[in-house]
Amino acid sequence: MSAPNAAGWRPTMVAGTPASTAETSSGDRGLALEEALIFELATNATCGVDFDGDDVAPDPALSRFLRGAAPALPGLSEPEAVRHYTRLSRQNYAIDLGPFPLGSCTMKHNPRLNEKIARLPGFADIHPLAPAQTVQGALAVIAELADWLVALTGMAGVAMTPKAGAHGELCGLLCIRAAHEAMQGPGGQNRRLVLVPESAHGTNPATAAFAGYGVESIPAAADGRVDLAALLARLEGEAAAEVAAVMITNPNTCGLFERDMVAISAAAHAAGAYVYCDGANFNAIVGKVRPGDLGIDAMHINLHKTFSTPHGGGGPGSGPVVLSAALVPFAPLPFVARGADGAMTLIEEENAGEHHPHSFGRMAAFHGQMGMFTRALAYILSHGADGLAQVAEDAVLNANYVLRSLEDVLEAPFAAAGPCMHEALFSDNGLGGGFSTLDIAKGLIDEGFHPMTVYFPLVVHGAMLVEPTETESKAGLDRFIASLRSLALRARAGDDSLKSAPHFAPRRRLDETLAARKPRLVWRED
Amino acid sequence: MLDVIGAPSVDALFADVPAGALLSAPIAGLAPHASEMAVERHMKRHASRNLVAGEVPFFLGAGAYRHHIPASVDHLIQRGEFLTAYTPYQPEIAQGTLQVLFEFQTQVARLFGTDIANASMYDGSTACWEAIAMACRVTRRGRAVLSGGLHPHYAGTAATMARFAGDALELLAPELSPEADDAAVIAALDGETACVVVQYPDVFGRIPDLAAIAEAAHARGALLVAVVTDPVMLGLLEAPGALGADIVVGEGQSLGVGLQFGGPYLGLFGCNEKFVRQMPGRLCGETVDADGKRGFVLTLSTREQHIRREKATSNICTNSGLCALAFSIHLSLLGGEGLARMARASHANARALAQALAAIPGVSVLNSAYGEEFTVLLPREARGVVRDLAARGVLGGVALGRLFPGSAGLHHAVVVCTSECTTPQDIAALAEALTEILHGAAA
Repeated sequence: MSAPNAAGWRPTMVAGTPASTAETSSGDRGLALEEALIFELATNATCGVDFDGDDVAPDPALSRFLRGAAPALPGLSEPEAVRHYTRLSRQNYAIDLGPFPLGSCTMKHNPRLNEKIARLPGFADIHPLAPAQTVQGALAVIAELADWLVALTGMAGVAMTPKAGAHGELCGLLCIRAAHEAMQGPGGQNRRLVLVPESAHGTNPATAAFAGYGVESIPAAADGRVDLAALLARLEGEAAAEVAAVMITNPNTCGLFERDMVAISAAAHAAGAYVYCDGANFNAIVGKVRPGDLGIDAMHINLHKTFSTPHGGGGPGSGPVVLSAALVPFAPLPFVARGADGAMTLIEEENAGEHHPHSFGRMAAFHGQMGMFTRALAYILSHGADGLAQVAEDAVLNANYVLRSLEDVLEAPFAAAGPCMHEALFSDNGLGGGFSTLDIAKGLIDEGFHPMTVYFPLVVHGAMLVEPTETESKAGLDRFIASLRSLALRARAGDDSLKSAPHFAPRRRLDETLAARKPRLVWRED
Repeated sequence: MLDVIGAPSVDALFADVPAGALLSAPIAGLAPHASEMAVERHMKRHASRNLVAGEVPFFLGAGAYRHHIPASVDHLIQRGEFLTAYTPYQPEIAQGTLQVLFEFQTQVARLFGTDIANASMYDGSTACWEAIAMACRVTRRGRAVLSGGLHPHYAGTAATMARFAGDALELLAPELSPEADDAAVIAALDGETACVVVQYPDVFGRIPDLAAIAEAAHARGALLVAVVTDPVMLGLLEAPGALGADIVVGEGQSLGVGLQFGGPYLGLFGCNEKFVRQMPGRLCGETVDADGKRGFVLTLSTREQHIRREKATSNICTNSGLCALAFSIHLSLLGGEGLARMARASHANARALAQALAAIPGVSVLNSAYGEEFTVLLPREARGVVRDLAARGVLGGVALGRLFPGSAGLHHAVVVCTSECTTPQDIAALAEALTEILHGAAA
């Protein structure tokens, strides 16, 4: 195993990166177009929107609340706006342009049928507080998607409202906390700890802290998996009584299946703790393995990963949480219940006392990410049970193909022991000459690819985590592999031009230290 | 590919899965794959069973607002370079998203009257809780006072989180009075109070005197958290930051995002610059690249979960990036004058609605002042009235009994809302249907 990156260290711009000299008078270069900020383009007098009717002065009763002048916000005409945002869009890399192999992020193709479905007025233009009798189709979509998620995971129920993966983690841990409190009385002080492997996503310990728990780290073993002996030892004896939950990612962030998962769950349950699974990597096992069969009590599912709702430059996501029978009674409000006659009822504060008295409460306004539900359900129906299993198989096949095609030029710390799941992990050990993961990543940008996840997981030095997903063809993978191979060979040959890459992107390496030292978070005229 | 891998089959790649857990066939009872046209047919059947807001007289608000969204907004957010990009972890090839976020942060800060704003939260309700948690960190106190006019879903979210975080929340009882509960909020302040949380306008459509509350809060060392559920109203009303609010959060859905049955929405978060290192969520900042060109990066990430782990200011990772883009485009098309015009148009329609409803015997308007949304008192329980209106094809408001099931005194009231989309015909249709329901067709 390679040396861990204990400090979470990640380099940014290297001092002395040389400037490039070629310039034009406009600043644009052919189709490489620069774009000013809206605040530099426009004033607040322009308006690109029409209004009907006369402009009427406000009610005098409102006068003491009125603002003096209209807000200082620049306005653009429609052609100006279309041009501004279209020009900006061209400075982005995206799945629509090529592979986006960010490990742990599952950047797969976003089928456009799902966009069309989400925009049907019957889904896009309905109010969350409309009477239930007028939104039966929307409630049916939630119930139908819930049925699929429960069946695919082999669990007892699902909480649909969490808004993204980290919100789902919070939901799962709050269910666990409510379950412990129900047994022990309010407070549940005895169980104050959540055990989190050191390879976990940062959201896991952050979530545990927000749920009011202390966090204790569980080491990784030399094979990239949880140190089973250490974990089992922690779950034995008197000290185990302070453990509320084990929070584990499976497949884990090294791209490996936790093959002792059943034993881990059994030990946790024997100690009176619950098992939370971070489902970020569900794409590797969807349709092939049901987490419920592994003894898991709660797991969030990122609809924006496994079920292909678009990431949109950072969100929105959706993080439904599947729950074991022990945790279902504590699930948050609201949720949809299907009546015997097929009518859909919304269980919310108004009727929860009768139908769901042990809920831990509400964790957001309204009913969850409906716009993601419609897309995810369309994706699931398109693939079906057979197609979803093939998703996992192809994702795992592609990742292993990347792993075996590159392990001769990039150190693959856990490859010798066997196959990976849906992501291939490399490190920058052995590149030599002061070359690092950062140089490989920036070199990939020049090659026309989005880099892989870098410097995560922390248990590997200079981690490079490649998740090709199932939607890359073999030809596409071969092009990516050829580029990554050439970069590894250039580093090994001491090609210093890599250290100042990218050379051909809209921007070269950006000074993140300057940004953090003197934060400029809004535009000011100066 | 298997030859390169050196595996006999794809299933051999799943060797680490315990034998009993690996499924050998598709999960029983689930449908097989389906064609695009079959899926579309199925989903359209679901969609057809919903009453579309834009096709009927529509008066719902209470945290989700239906304003006109220019056609170019949805066109632009479907550019694949925006739609199918990830969080901008590689800034050299994500300047499009990053510049949009920088512009978005600036727009939100100017709209809210705060120094700075972040790059979005999930929605207004979660942003509200994050603001309370941040106020507790800033003041090192553990008590928050919530106005009775705060949207009950927001209050409920805060109550859930406070229970587990160990913070004390004092949620004031909602009262049906013509003015907001400023006096009660001020009276509830004490030396342990981290913040007071006040919605502006409140869930009843009343407008609190933020300046007075801010002054009282600051005198006790507490922060004022202002909550804005429809930022369009800030085209008309003074910015909360200008009135002394220390943290301003809101729901950005009404600009660009649409109703979507409640999500995905857009959490807005602005505050005083001195609190920047206690802020939750992503921040985009300006910098330069190796050639000295202006560029943008995600910054101050030492607050965030991927660096700070259990000591992070929030656990948020994925946020509402695409909704922030839609908001920013819509606001760019409006400009400051356009936003003000839109707010005046919504308000003018609300006045026309108030006049029409107040003319119905037994019906009265609660509010002494309002923007686009106000509370109407009915002579009987409002939930049944709202259902009867829906049966007549009119979406006539949100019954307070649904929002406040535990407050019987509110159950004969309904909160109604207009926008620039509301027509005189819509108003006449609601007035007529309500008259029929309350008094019979002959009235």
